[in-house]
Amino acid sequence: MALDSKVPQGPLKDKWTDYKNHINLVNPANKRHIDVIVVGTGLAGGSASATLAELGYNVKSFAYQDSPRRAHSIAAQGGINAAKNYQGDGDSTYRLFYDTVKGGDYRSREANVYRLAEVSANIIDQCVAQGVPFARDYGGLLDNRSFGGVLVSRTFYAKGQTGQQLLLGAYSAMNRQIARGKIEMFNRHEMLDVVVVDGKARGIIARNLVTGEIERHSAHAVVIASGGYGNVYFLSTNAMGSNVTAGWKVHKKGAYFANPCYTQIHPTCIPRSGDYQSKLTLMSESLRNDGRIWVPKNLEDVTAIREGKLKPTQLTEDQRDYYLERRYPAFGNLVPRDVASRAAKERCDAGYGVNATGEAVYLDFAASFERYGSEQAKIQNISNPSAAKIKELGQEIVRAKYGNLFQMYEKIVDENPYETPMMIYPAVHYTMGGVWVDYNLMTTIPGCYAIGEANFSDHGANRLGASALMQGLADGYFVLPYTIGDYLSDDIRTGKIATDTPEFDAAEKEVTERIEFFVNNKGTHSVDYYHKKLGKIMWDKCGMSRNKAGLEEAVEEISALRKDFWKNVIVPGTATEYNEQLAKAGRVADFLELGELFAKDALVREESAGGHFREEHQTEDGEAKRMKEFQFVSAWEYKGEPKDAVLHKEALVYENIEVKERSYK
Amino acid sequence: MNLTLKIWRQSDANDKGKMVDYKVTEISEHMSFLEMMDVLNEQLVNAGEEPVAFDHDCREGICGMCSMFINGEAHGPDRGVTTCQLHMRMFKDGDTITIEPFRAASFPVIKDLVVDRSAFDRIQHSGGYISVNTSGNTQDANSIPIAKHAADEAMDAATCIGCGACVATCKNSSAMLFVGAKVSQYALLPQGQVEAADRVKNMVAQMDLEGFGNCTNTGACEVECPKGISLDNIARMNRELMKASI
Repeated sequence: MALDSKVPQGPLKDKWTDYKNHINLVNPANKRHIDVIVVGTGLAGGSASATLAELGYNVKSFAYQDSPRRAHSIAAQGGINAAKNYQGDGDSTYRLFYDTVKGGDYRSREANVYRLAEVSANIIDQCVAQGVPFARDYGGLLDNRSFGGVLVSRTFYAKGQTGQQLLLGAYSAMNRQIARGKIEMFNRHEMLDVVVVDGKARGIIARNLVTGEIERHSAHAVVIASGGYGNVYFLSTNAMGSNVTAGWKVHKKGAYFANPCYTQIHPTCIPRSGDYQSKLTLMSESLRNDGRIWVPKNLEDVTAIREGKLKPTQLTEDQRDYYLERRYPAFGNLVPRDVASRAAKERCDAGYGVNATGEAVYLDFAASFERYGSEQAKIQNISNPSAAKIKELGQEIVRAKYGNLFQMYEKIVDENPYETPMMIYPAVHYTMGGVWVDYNLMTTIPGCYAIGEANFSDHGANRLGASALMQGLADGYFVLPYTIGDYLSDDIRTGKIATDTPEFDAAEKEVTERIEFFVNNKGTHSVDYYHKKLGKIMWDKCGMSRNKAGLEEAVEEISALRKDFWKNVIVPGTATEYNEQLAKAGRVADFLELGELFAKDALVREESAGGHFREEHQTEDGEAKRMKEFQFVSAWEYKGEPKDAVLHKEALVYENIEVKERSYK
Repeated sequence: MNLTLKIWRQSDANDKGKMVDYKVTEISEHMSFLEMMDVLNEQLVNAGEEPVAFDHDCREGICGMCSMFINGEAHGPDRGVTTCQLHMRMFKDGDTITIEPFRAASFPVIKDLVVDRSAFDRIQHSGGYISVNTSGNTQDANSIPIAKHAADEAMDAATCIGCGACVATCKNSSAMLFVGAKVSQYALLPQGQVEAADRVKNMVAQMDLEGFGNCTNTGACEVECPKGISLDNIARMNRELMKASI
């Protein structure tokens, strides 16, 4: 099948408006006869469910957690971008578009990104109307902060809990529709397959995670909003239950999977402390607004610090290497995430890591305490304030901005970050790759859509900070509700989709057989045993930097691990009860397939772009080196084993932005 | 460190349930409490036994999924944390730790330490929202200035993660801190005024219908709340209810 991105004709800035003016609509009376399934209730799924229900469709929403409010969007900390230009610092739709395409290292689709920038301002209006308590300044207007990879302040925030507040906004909109009966909510349910009838997505097979019951649900369209696949690395900042299963199942039924190798390794996470670790915790990128990143200049100081003989606060300014400010004077500590992560790895690989594992750098707020403190002393009219007073005043300001993050750090690490610099290290955080979608957000299965992190569309090879929340809500509130109507306008006479058909029988049989296998297999190793092994291969060979030999090994090793898994995995308990191990087994089985495709995709992409860094392709100063011949989206078609997947290319055309070397110097 | 765990085991809602003793060894003080539970479960799986079911997801204190009543306290002995943020450094070698589910008539046990908190969702369905459709044509976000202190207070109320520690802690199993937080968030914002009266009446009615008890101003909920939601929110809810009723 040839890939058609269905990007409308016409000038970039008119595409979306023209598109909306010419699509088919469904009249309100007919919407009542159309069902839509939404899998996932994060920012994308929650906002889509609520909006589709407001429009009049019958929505069935699915979440594996016990409430839609718990989806992992809730953990997003820093903020959400919008081209409001409230700060008058020269922001515009075009600039947000430009920054996003450049930040993504020229590997995203122009028309999608422009549309995203265009609707970004509506998101803020909508959320404020819903009662989202964004931070405000003393005049009562909305405050902004700055994020990596940009030169303006366009990030709206609610302390360090922006994702939580936006998700609770979408959840409240869902609640209103649940109360009206327009959304039927299925909590503690997991989608285990998509059902395709006559070439169209017409339903799903889901498992009730409390009773173990297998259920058939039909609809006229299926929307996948199940988030990213960062847990393929075992350790990531994702929630424990985050998984690729919904996206992978639609892939196996005909949806192409795009750019699996584009993963975001976030620079500011709490370093790992031992083998028992179950997950990693992010410290918001917004901290880089006020924190300075450094390691000691001299290796002797590094040794002394590791041995506990020296404290970081004892080092003078000239004994410190603020390596981001040194290497990237224009953007300094606010370079994009991929650049900041690689720079930390470079210093730690050279032996400058400041903790016992050698994998940590400092994030230091001393300069901000001083700067804010002096400012406050002036505001409060304190003459000749002491250094201690200035520090105290400065700390109050920092506490107001990031208090919850500092508290979180202290609880985990048992060190007070107000007194000693934080230690941070990169960790897997977000996946730019995902299910391939066209301009309508439809996958290559008609009637099956993918939105939010589950799709691949807007971030190219690297996502800028505060853009995930923007994309999730843009897709769910403002894009999908239009595009899906165009498709559903053909379904006004279809009537209810029956579930007692051979297609549903076959899909359910497949699901049941797999579950039966797991609970009956007399294996020797736990699901986690395999997940951890997979994670180690991924981190070592498909992590922050990759090379041909390592990726070839990864393909072989993952394939062998998968075979072992299907022979020797052990799942206790039965299929007809609450059984977390069973749910996890299914998820890890899918990760074991995705992981191999991931390595294969990274192997084929003989260039460096954004988060995908191939050691063979770097500039003289060690920066990512893009290759003109790889200016395309890799969309993989499922053909059985991951090694047999077939590559389809969607060429990326840039008509409104000049493709050049990405420089943050 | 080596620990003895006394854990509530209950196969499903109909089972009577009982405490069962387990031993775990070589627990690091840097582990989170749930990582210690992972060690126990891995041990059980490898021995062919059924692991202990417990709710958890984000493991960074924000999703509100984890629960557990540890040594008689919701989310355990530390303050301002959820169970996933509780670290083993709060315990000593040789300790015996008692682990129970959040107990309340309105939170029936599903299995072991997993409880059903859908009553919270139903309270939110009854009024935890502002009735505004998605259109892209609502007014500009800056058209109504909101005093910083009001926005900040609304934010403090809105940080509730819906974990249910307040209910589990309260001797009356009252959900007033939870409901008060949501009512307060909207009551403090101009956008929430239009429906304020109906909202508070409906949410309180649903709260009563779900079987949650009344508040007797003990304040234990505030102490155990991982997000430090203040009792002021209960007072504000009562004021709002009074205002709406006269």
